[in-house]
Amino acid sequence: MSENKQTIRLEGLCIGYRGKHGVKEVAKDINASLYAGELTCLIGPNGIGKSTLLRTLCAFQEKLGGKIFIQDKELSDYKDKELSKKIGVVLTHRPQIQNMSVEELVALGRSPYTGFWGKLEKEDKKIVADAISLIGIEILKDRMIQNLSDGERQKVMIAKAIAQQTPIIFLDEPTAFLDFPSKIETMQLLRRLCKNNGKTVFLSTHDLELTLQIADSIWLMQKDRITIGSPREVAQSGALESFIEREGITFDKDLLRVIINK
Amino acid sequence: MFRNSGKLIFVAVVIIVLLLLNLLLGSVKIPAADVLGILLGDRSNEIFSNIILKSRLPQALVAIVAGAGLAVSGLQMQTVFRNPLAGPSVLGISNGASLGVAIVVLMSSSLAGVSLSRMGYVGDAAISIAAIIGSLAVMALIVWVARKVKGNVTLLIIGVMIGYLVTAIVGVLKFFSAEEDIKAYVVWGLGSFARVSGDQMLLFVGMMLVLLPLSFLLVKTLNLMLLGDDYARNLGLNVSRSRTLVILNSGVLVAIVTAYCGPIMFIGLAVPHLCRALFKTSDHRILVPGTILTGAALALLCSLVARMPGFEGALPVNSVTALIGAPVIASVIFKRRKDDVRE
Repeated sequence: MSENKQTIRLEGLCIGYRGKHGVKEVAKDINASLYAGELTCLIGPNGIGKSTLLRTLCAFQEKLGGKIFIQDKELSDYKDKELSKKIGVVLTHRPQIQNMSVEELVALGRSPYTGFWGKLEKEDKKIVADAISLIGIEILKDRMIQNLSDGERQKVMIAKAIAQQTPIIFLDEPTAFLDFPSKIETMQLLRRLCKNNGKTVFLSTHDLELTLQIADSIWLMQKDRITIGSPREVAQSGALESFIEREGITFDKDLLRVIINK
Repeated sequence: MFRNSGKLIFVAVVIIVLLLLNLLLGSVKIPAADVLGILLGDRSNEIFSNIILKSRLPQALVAIVAGAGLAVSGLQMQTVFRNPLAGPSVLGISNGASLGVAIVVLMSSSLAGVSLSRMGYVGDAAISIAAIIGSLAVMALIVWVARKVKGNVTLLIIGVMIGYLVTAIVGVLKFFSAEEDIKAYVVWGLGSFARVSGDQMLLFVGMMLVLLPLSFLLVKTLNLMLLGDDYARNLGLNVSRSRTLVILNSGVLVAIVTAYCGPIMFIGLAVPHLCRALFKTSDHRILVPGTILTGAALALLCSLVARMPGFEGALPVNSVTALIGAPVIASVIFKRRKDDVRE
């Protein structure tokens, strides 16, 4: 289906929570792959398990069953340090930090590579500077994190993930809280990272129309199933209609647009 | 970075000045030349050299290491719990020390038939040991809980609850105790840099000189923890192990300081805030040495004020730390807020 190199493979993955009162399955039997150089977006209704899936893939929580291969190695076989050089993460919530400059925060992305003190070598400093210029936030470099807008802060966190130099980047709703131009800008930025830098980018989002225009591949999570394919394929399958359409809302399969019937 | 090294050196100079003032000033007037002579080994005036070497110098040294320990411990707690109101006492570790002391002091007359408050030196040693055992016991409990629960807030709440529980037990003990024992316990609770002397002092300072450098080992860990658990984990940090290590380091420091000086409030809570405002950074490579030095300086200042003529022995350290510290810190933080707005 894709000529790009496969970086992540899920085989019969089952995700959810293990609690005192037994196991709560959120989704099961997920078989899918992610590819280098592709922007893949995870969509679906609230509470369907998008964050759970992302958290499981980040190894923040344990899977209930099945297999996750990151570059052909099972996720659970990775050591913390090793994994931090494979997967970079950007989360919805902003870290509440006072008195840390943008540059210092991006530099923390070098932590998996730096020694005991976290001291940056010449090489690290160059990588940090490159990450900052790649995202285009040079003018923010010396600003304090607490004085940034949400959109600026999100870019800084993406720059952190770039400095981390991981082939894979996961983002949990990176466009939430952003104004509309910033949403588009962030998505374009992520798309460039895939195309120009060969990263595997996987993100969850609720910005449906934007996603349909820009994503290479869509994972639509619904109750008991995940529909995977290019935006057009997923639209043609009818899954998008069943997700969106209800009283007064229709989905145009050909234009990939949501129509509101006033 | 360079500017901050300059500030660190400045604080170090302040410490030296305060140390000298601590040696010079006191109820007995000793000329500066004599003080210098005594420090250089002149023992001709026995009274003066006793005052300097057995009272003022030990007291200053105790203040330095105690202030440093409390301050860095407070910084660690605030970072781990991402809570600006966290301090060394927040997990009930110093309450644990109080419980240890309460058991020994308040129960001694009913159990052993002899009041510890009359036992002098042996009594002091017993109190220190009891305080260490009490606080380490609470800390062991906290560390055990820390490995069971995931959330920081949950851990914080459990810590505070343990603190209340321990305070309640102390209250019950007090109710059944003799009056003079209660007085001894209350005096211990006021805090003092002067209670430790002789070999005890050397032991205390020695232990702190081993423990304080250990806090430097956690600098990178603390920096990553600023980002929150998920980001920290993604950057390769073993979050639960790191949390346990920081609590251990911070807890042992508080336990030992509390054992020898009593529960000293305020320094641990306030100095980290003072340092963040002073150094304008949240980088622990600066903040850890910064809090250690600033904590030592503030404790020396408080110890100096507590011994000012007229107050001689009348002011407990706990009152002074708050009396001096609160306005200083409030003004610094207030000023910083205004700076922020200007930006």
